[in-house]
Amino acid sequence: MQNNLFQDQKFRGILYQTLVVGFFALGLYFVINTTAYNLEKRNIATGFGFLNNPAGFDISFSPFLDFKSTDTHLKVYFVGVLNTLLVSFCGCIAATILGFIVGIIRLSSNWLLSRIAYIYVEFTRNTPLLLQIILWYAILIQLPRIKQAPQIWETFYISNRGLFGPKPIFLDGSNIVILSLVLGFIISFFIARWAKKRQDTTGQQFPIFTTNLSIIVFLPLVVFFIMGSPITLEYPVLKGFNFKGGAVIRPEFIAMFLALSIYTAAFISETVRSGILSVTKGQREASGALGLKKNWIMRLIIIPQALRVIVPPLTSQYLNLTKNSSLGIAVGYADLVHGFGGISLNQTGQAIECMAITMATYLLISLTISFFMNIYNRSIQFKEK
Amino acid sequence: MENNSNFETRKPPVATTGILGWCRQHLFSNWVNSFITLLVIYFLYQLIPWFLDWSVFSADFWTNYKGELIVDRTFCSRVADPEGDHGACWAIIIVRFYQFMYGFYPSEQVWRVNLTYFLLVVALLPLLIEKIPGRKHLIKFTIAFPIVAFVLLYGGFGFQIIPTNKWGGLLVTLVLGVFGIAIAFPLGILLALGRRSQLPVISMFCTLFIEFIRGVPLITLLFFGMVMLPLFLPEGLNLDGLVRVLVAVTLFQAAYMAEVIRGGLQAIPRGQYEAAQSVGLSYWQMNRKIILPQAIRISIPSIVNTSIGLFKDTTLVIIIGLLDLLGIGRGALADATWMGLSNEVYVFVALVFFIFTFSMSRYSLYLEKKLKTGINMGAD
Repeated sequence: MQNNLFQDQKFRGILYQTLVVGFFALGLYFVINTTAYNLEKRNIATGFGFLNNPAGFDISFSPFLDFKSTDTHLKVYFVGVLNTLLVSFCGCIAATILGFIVGIIRLSSNWLLSRIAYIYVEFTRNTPLLLQIILWYAILIQLPRIKQAPQIWETFYISNRGLFGPKPIFLDGSNIVILSLVLGFIISFFIARWAKKRQDTTGQQFPIFTTNLSIIVFLPLVVFFIMGSPITLEYPVLKGFNFKGGAVIRPEFIAMFLALSIYTAAFISETVRSGILSVTKGQREASGALGLKKNWIMRLIIIPQALRVIVPPLTSQYLNLTKNSSLGIAVGYADLVHGFGGISLNQTGQAIECMAITMATYLLISLTISFFMNIYNRSIQFKEK
Repeated sequence: MENNSNFETRKPPVATTGILGWCRQHLFSNWVNSFITLLVIYFLYQLIPWFLDWSVFSADFWTNYKGELIVDRTFCSRVADPEGDHGACWAIIIVRFYQFMYGFYPSEQVWRVNLTYFLLVVALLPLLIEKIPGRKHLIKFTIAFPIVAFVLLYGGFGFQIIPTNKWGGLLVTLVLGVFGIAIAFPLGILLALGRRSQLPVISMFCTLFIEFIRGVPLITLLFFGMVMLPLFLPEGLNLDGLVRVLVAVTLFQAAYMAEVIRGGLQAIPRGQYEAAQSVGLSYWQMNRKIILPQAIRISIPSIVNTSIGLFKDTTLVIIIGLLDLLGIGRGALADATWMGLSNEVYVFVALVFFIFTFSMSRYSLYLEKKLKTGINMGAD
């Protein structure tokens, strides 16, 4: 008989856990105490009141919200979140497209082509992303000045201050055009569903792609002319040392976008490649024996099965890209970390609040992406009937 | 019965064997492929000579096109003779090579850094080569290496103390990478075990920690180390800047390492645990002698891969003002004597990183292959 309490596994478990909680609470108490003391000594008032104070600095890139230096730190936060989401969203889409293309090229029967894809993947994967961002930025600001900016059809201008192009001006009645575009998407969604159902039950095919494309393109176009062209374009015009009017994409954004999508595409291409390779040879041979065309085999047989392997790592690549967009601070892209976690923090000295909000926002974004990708992942998993 | 000997075996057609056959199969199998091949060849024909010309044939190394020794940017052929056809000006790397390697480490003490680099190779040997003679003794040195390296680099025990703000370049990159990985590895094992622990509180703490770290970007953790950590610590306890960064990098790496090792732990069949328990091993004995050796063995390729990630991520420290390899490069570009040579600097830094990370990834591939054959042999 062992009467010693320490021999009892259950008791030991409870003891260890109590100790951990105790030490954690003690540490927390100690940290809070010292922090309160340190803050008092430095005359930093805690609280989130500073969010309503005017920021006092300008943000050069804010495509969605109009930002003035008299606006509050709260608005800095929103501009930052929107900029982070913008570059992450664009980056994810571009990286996915490029990644799929490169992944398929790497499996190409053309030796030279697959070698080139391989070299691209190895070079981008094995150099730091920050270096690539800085390098792209350095290249972009070596472009010609505004005065000598090369132009395309007098509409687009490429200069070291960014890419200038026409800006759409929405007049009265333009919301009906936009509404009809949305309507077009909704209609085509239902047509696609109906067509799939019909094919599943009767085997009859329906030209979904051409029908939907024409609905999405022509419906708004017809409405556009009926309403009397309510959307016009404003072209950039060179005045003095800068362009007046039009829209501009700043080099910071272009550098971030290029670097993030090219870097992440290299990783995505590897998951795509392994996903395609994971589909057994028999599947390809069987679909060939059924007489399917080569690109049909890829689209109908290989890709749907490969997606099951591809999507989970793809999710983590999207998460990585979103987190990596925080490197915009190196080239002055006004994202969440640079605008709110950087400049606002330095101006107000509210380190704890700013960092806590920034980190919480990233956690929220990460969780949201995981949530939606998990739903998508469940929808493409093999359903056993 | 007929004699078959007068039938001669004919050789396969020339077009299907040898170099010609290979080309036909891999480059010109059909019209589309032939067209793509020709296009790619044309593209390479434009690109490769141009790059070689820029980086080697028309480039300056020590001297410019007039044969003068280059001491600042105005001597570079590209700058001195903008009309001419000149390539890169590598003199910026050559002149500042010491800074790129050691930062502002005093030159009369630099043998200590070189010795540390050498000892690092010695410490890595037993990890990289399994069949090295005297591996058991070398492993002991590997475990002691971080302490030896710290004393050698920082000072104490009769060595002159070199404050970390004098460190820079490749030295900082390697210190962050090697120390980060070396400390994060045991921490990651503990976190992984904690996450899989039967004790709900411990498992919750570890899960929360891992998921929190993995949910935020490294740069916010670096900011945390730089601006928040000093607020949390009592007065007078001023942590060194490099140490604060190292704390952030290590915690970051530990969380990722923990997930990789957890993957390895999950792959260990239940029977191993049950067998270990039935021979009466305690929790720690079971993990140390039975479970972890197997789990770590199968997760080594992934461990190397996350380590590559960390090694690349060490460049982020330039954002909070530390001068690693990239930081020294940017410093050189900000200096008026070398301004405008950004392409040369970034290409050089990229090349150095590429050499390290590419060899690491090759090593991880080699391990993966070796592990695969090992498992197959076990199945026979």
